[in-house]
Formats: sequence, structure tokens, C-alpha cells
Amino acid sequence: MKNWLQHTLYIFSENPVSIFAVLLFLFYVSMALVGHWLVPYDPYLTNTDVALQPPSVNHWFGTDHLGRDVLSRVVVATRIDLGIAFSAVALSAVIGCSLGSIAGYFGGWTDQIIGRFTDIVMAFPLFVLAMGLVAAMGNTVENIIYATALINIPFYIRVSRSEVSVRRNLPYVQAALQSGNSHFRALAMHIFPNTLPPLMVQLSLNSGWAILNAAGLSFIGLGVKPPEAEWGIMVAEGANYMISGEWWLVLFPGLVLMMAVFCFNLLGDSLRDMVDPLRRT
Amino acid sequence: MQTHSFLDINRLSLEFKTRDGVVSVLNDVSMQLDKGEILGVVGESGSGKSVTAYSILNLNGNASTITAGSIYFDGLLLHKPSESLLREIRGREISIIFQNPMSTLNPIRSVRDHLKDMLTAHAQSTRAGSEKKSLELLEQVQIRDPERVMDAYPYELSGGMCQRVVIALALACSPRLLIADEPTTGLDVTTQKVIMTLIRELALKRGVAVMLITHDLGMAAEYCKNIVVMEKGKIVEKGSVEKLFTAPEHNYTKKLIAATPTAQSELNDLTPEPMNIEKPLLIGDDKLLEINNLHKYFKVKKGFTKKDTFHAVKGISFFIKRGECVGLVGESGCGKSTTSRMVAKLDDLSDGQITFDGVDIGNVKAKDFINSTLRKDIQMVFQDPSGSLNPRHTVFDAIVEPLMHLEKITDKNTLHQRALELCRQVDLDVKLITRLPHQLSGGQKARVGIARAIAVKPKLVILDEPTSALDVSVQAIVLQLLEKLRHELGLSYLFVSHDLNVVRLFCQRVLVMCNGEIVEDGNVNDVFNAPANEYTKSLLDAIPHFSLQKL
Repeated sequence: MKNWLQHTLYIFSENPVSIFAVLLFLFYVSMALVGHWLVPYDPYLTNTDVALQPPSVNHWFGTDHLGRDVLSRVVVATRIDLGIAFSAVALSAVIGCSLGSIAGYFGGWTDQIIGRFTDIVMAFPLFVLAMGLVAAMGNTVENIIYATALINIPFYIRVSRSEVSVRRNLPYVQAALQSGNSHFRALAMHIFPNTLPPLMVQLSLNSGWAILNAAGLSFIGLGVKPPEAEWGIMVAEGANYMISGEWWLVLFPGLVLMMAVFCFNLLGDSLRDMVDPLRRT
Repeated sequence: MQTHSFLDINRLSLEFKTRDGVVSVLNDVSMQLDKGEILGVVGESGSGKSVTAYSILNLNGNASTITAGSIYFDGLLLHKPSESLLREIRGREISIIFQNPMSTLNPIRSVRDHLKDMLTAHAQSTRAGSEKKSLELLEQVQIRDPERVMDAYPYELSGGMCQRVVIALALACSPRLLIADEPTTGLDVTTQKVIMTLIRELALKRGVAVMLITHDLGMAAEYCKNIVVMEKGKIVEKGSVEKLFTAPEHNYTKKLIAATPTAQSELNDLTPEPMNIEKPLLIGDDKLLEINNLHKYFKVKKGFTKKDTFHAVKGISFFIKRGECVGLVGESGCGKSTTSRMVAKLDDLSDGQITFDGVDIGNVKAKDFINSTLRKDIQMVFQDPSGSLNPRHTVFDAIVEPLMHLEKITDKNTLHQRALELCRQVDLDVKLITRLPHQLSGGQKARVGIARAIAVKPKLVILDEPTSALDVSVQAIVLQLLEKLRHELGLSYLFVSHDLNVVRLFCQRVLVMCNGEIVEDGNVNDVFNAPANEYTKSLLDAIPHFSLQKL
């Protein structure tokens, strides 16, 4: 444990950008966890007296057309957006890595079937597929998660399949087999952990995409329903007012969304370095 | 004006910047090389031999700094050379034959593209003229079918062929200094002989100066005039081959010479410490392992629909007595690894019988053998000590793995006790038990591999080139350790190797394999002193060694 901590500190000291990424990540997570209790206003409280006010001392990010505080809504939306992204990524990572590892290790027919499934999913424009799924199943939060997870599964299958298939004949796997590990155990305990470094990059980048995807679905009205505070909806609602000069309605939720995706993209490299044993001396 | 030798490295010191601070890699290294001379630079891994060579062409990367000393090439001072000067010199004046021919060639470019690139980059020929010149070069390195090889990609060529192409590339612009960095590591002895003869001819006929970097003292002795011995970034001794071998001065040189197995040496002589084997080993009369008419076919795809079979092992039969060590030698691709994998039950056989300890195990599928009670009786030590250890598992994890699965021990304390005991058996410092593989040296990794194999007290251990990746001094210690373990634990070994000298001093009987067949078998002394088969003779003939008669 101490070793691991030292190693993590070393990774950060090598790369100042990763410190920034981690701080930003922690900031988002804490917003999602405790944001509800910190916001200055009730994010759902309408007050038409103060509708469409520009940013001021009372309302840092201004107010929207129903007089709701944009800052409070942006903060509160973090929970649902990160929630959707993390659940979807976790789901697709678990399913995708299992399928991909099995395809990569056993090859043959298993590989063919899983490979064709991947091809089929990837043949669709992925966002359109997600739209279709949500439209067909009904737009609830669960369905958004399922749809987002499904369109991301192929990427995990591909990465883990290729990582496993280059490792399945390595001597340490042979050694594991002659030590009495079954094929399944050798795959799960010996090969899979060694495929983690590239998967971490995929995981992190994917979290960024998943947030964008969830916000995108809401933006076109197929995701979270108003009046729920969510970045995509807020941008969609704000877009109507851009023409009349109320820029803050789009800018702030858009900015927060952009920073979240940016943060996950930066995080990938340092996560990979953290799980790579060869980087420890 | 001071006169310099053709290549004059003068009191060179070099440092590398690493995560743990600055490391001094070369310390006061001086060597001289004249035209037409072959200079051997000998030392174990990490001794700084490659770094010295690379510093001539400034190939050590940005983390390195030359802190003192100078390098003169043909009177020209190569101090912080400019990029344009380097481009002029690299390839045209000085070229390098790198260690691994397969990875030196770009896999997506054909031999023709490689040669054309080299020739046009240094304006040795026009695009049109390069074709003819390339063919000449390939003929020069004794490639029999240059037209076909021109269109080949590196993966279509064998290791020996690739190395010849690499040499052709190095010679393309008629360099005056050739740096050969372990040019034959990983190649068979017969190929090694061809390639080294070629390099020697170049030096003699064209007056090319050759710097031969090697860890193999025998090879340096056979092909060089002068030898420089390096240890830990310093030159410990230099002189003519004769002087070095007949009257070595430095302890390290003595140790190296002793550790190099020759046709005369005994296992006990390899290290200064005697072996202390208490238990005498009795070779039983019963056959522990008996192989009968073993075959292995591989399916090879040809085009879209056609399938071909490749007959890798063609009906071999042999046996191993209890307590015996049997050597299996042959060149790469002869089927010795396939055989050892089938015996270890990691691969299914196509036809034949394997009887182990009276039980017929030939028909048990490798997949089902994992659950067999005999699994723990047959264990294997793998060729590459680094590759056979899971990079995420500590030494402890690796050693207790077979105990957990094959002996079903779950108690933490028992496991820990057994692991410590095994470490002591293989002379591994118990403090290393929490280390990860990349934090260990090659010799330590080899010990972990051995400890893992003997953990479940097997009867037969298959040693698949267990020392081929190790330095000679470490090889000597590991061989002695294996011999000690065989006596103490009553093990039988199947020792797969391409190093005939090692087989001679380590085994009782030897099987010589060629193209999937056993061409000769018998007592080691008989086979090595009076080989009956032509192939065995050519193998023995190709081993480089030092002999006074030659001088």
C-alpha cells in the first residue's frame, strides 16, 4: 500500500497536468456528492420576478426564464450526469471486457460470434442507435444508461480482445497452467490484470464520451426530462435565448460539461501509469 | 600533432539521468582499433559494452551525457557532433549490426525497400542503379536466391537470413568501421559460424575495422585479435587473445574464462566455490518416462481454402531413467520445444505414447491434465525467465501459485513457510520475496522460475533452455544449483538446449534432433567425442572456442 502511494505521488510529480486533472476530477465528484446541500438556491424554485437576469452578486451564473438560479442547477446536475456516465461505463466495461477476454483467449467460434456482434453494433452511427433505443424503450434514466452502455461495449471488446490475444501464449500463462490453474482462472487472474493499463485509458476517455452522450440525448429531448436539472437540457433550453442575448444560459452549463469531458481525457494517462507495475521501481 | 588510431576512444566517461538520480555508466573507458582489426568487447549484461559503441554514433539518447574523454574516428574528433555530420557518418563511414535482426528490420518494408533506402540516402546510387547494387550486396552476404529475397518481408525470412540482410545493409555504403553488437545472439551455431566468417573476411579483405561486442568469450577468442574485458562500466583488462586466455590478470577475467563451458570443463570448475553435494545420486534402472513413436502435426493455412499439415515431430522415441538428466539438442525449428511441451502436457500430441511412472498419459488431453494427480509430478522451467513470470505477481505469489492449486494449501502461514524454504533451496535472498519480476536480476528471476517448478516436489522437470538468457557467470551458478537440486530432491531432468558445451557437462545422455527426428542418441561422452552422424559433427564443429593450436 505504501509502495503504491509512493508510486502515485511519483506519477503526479512527473506530470503536473495529471495533478490538475485529478484535482478537477475530485472537484466534480465532490460537487456530485455534496452539491445538493451547498447550493445557494433551490434549483427547482421558480420565481418569475427575477427571470432571465444576467450574472450578478446574488446569482453568479444568472437566472433562467423561470427565474431559477443557473449556478444551483449546474451544480445539482453534476450528480445525474456523472451518475449516468459512471453507471454506463461500468456496465459496458464489465460486459465488454468479459466478452472481449473470452473472445481473445479461446478464439475460434467464440471469437467469430463475439466479433460479428461487435461489427453489427459498430455498423450503426452510435449516437443514432442510442437515440433509437431510448425512443423505443422510453426515456427513463435507466434506459439512457443501458443505451449508452450498449454503444460503448464494442470498444471494450476490441481493446481487451487484442490485449488478451497477444498474451495468451506468453510463458507466464503456460506457467500458470502447469501450476494447476484452469484456463478460465488463468485468463481471469493472470492475463486480465495485465491488460489493465490500456483499458484504463479507454475507461477514462469513455467516461468523457458517456457524459457527452447523456447530455446529447437530453439535448434532443430523448434523455432526462425537464424540469430535472441536467447540463444537456439546460443547454437546449438556453439555446432558445441565445438569439436575444441571454448568453449565460448556454455558456455556464456548456462550460462545465466541456471541462468534465476535458478532465476525463486528461486523467487517462495518469490512471494507466498508476496501474502499470513496470512503472514502479 | 598527436596521432590517433583509426578509432580512438580516450578516457570516456558517461552518465545517464534516471528516476533515481544520475547513474555513472562508463568510467574512464579507453580503447583503440586499427583498420582491418577485429576488436572483441566482452562483458556481461550491464557492463557498458553497447553504450560504449553507441556513444561513437551518439545513439544513447537524450538522457545521456559524456562527462569526460574524447572519441576520434580517423583523426576526426566526434565531440557533440552536429546532426548533419552524424547523418553523413552513420551508415556511410560507421555502421552497426544490431542485436536482434528480426526487430532491426521494419516489418512492413521489403528487403528491396530497405536496401534502396540505404543506398539512395547516402547517394551511393540512383534509384535505377540501386536494384543491381542491392543484388550484389545480397550475393556478397551469401544469400543464395537474391531475386526472391529482394521481394521478401522480414517475417518471411528466418533469423539467419534476416541477420544477413542486416549485414548487407550495414555494408551497403562500404563503411570503414563496423560495429557488430552481439550479431549472432539467438542464432544457431551453424548460422553463427557462417555470419562470423563473413565478418572476418570483410576485415581481412577490405580492411574494415570491426568492433565485435559479445558476451561469448569463445566467440571473441575465435574471431578477434585483441579483446577488451569490461565490468560495470570499466575496462578491467585488455590485451591479445593469447595473453588473455593463457595468463589472465584480473579476477573478473579469470572468473569469466572459468564460467565459460568448453569442451574440457567440468561442472564443478565453473565457479570458484566447490559444489558440496552430499547425497550421491543413484540413477535407477526403471524408466520414469518413456516416449514411443511421438508425432505432432500442425495445420497450416494456405490461401483461403487450402490447408496443409506441417509435420513438426516425426515419430520419435526415447526414455528417461529415474534420476537421470537427458539433453535434447538441435537447432531452432527442429521440434525440440514442441517435444518438450508435449512431454510437459502443455500441448496435445497427434500420435504416439507417453508413459510416465507406469501410467499412460499420452491420451489425456492437456486441458484435462490440469486436474490430474500427475500434474504436480511433471513441471517445467521456461526458457525466458522474465517472460515466464507474471509482471503483476510478486516472487511470493509466483512461488506459492502451484502450492495453492496443486497441493490445495490455503493456510497463509504454511504457504509462507514453504515459500521461505524454497527460497533457501534455490539460494534466493528471502528479502526479495515481495519484489516484482522487473525489480529482479536475470539470475534471480531464473531462481524464482526454478523454485516454482520444484515447489510441488515433481519427479520430472523439463528445463527448456533455462540459461540461454543469462550471463555466463550466472549460467554457471544456475547450472550448479540445478545439479545440486537434482541430487537433493532426486529429480530427473529433460534438458532442452542449443548449447552443446552446456549439455556435455550437465547431462548423462543426449538426444540430437534435426527436422523433427532424433538423428543420434547416446552417452554424452560418446556422442561428443565420436559423433556418428554428419549433422552432429557439423553442430560440434560450429562451436566457437579458444584453442592455442589456431594461433
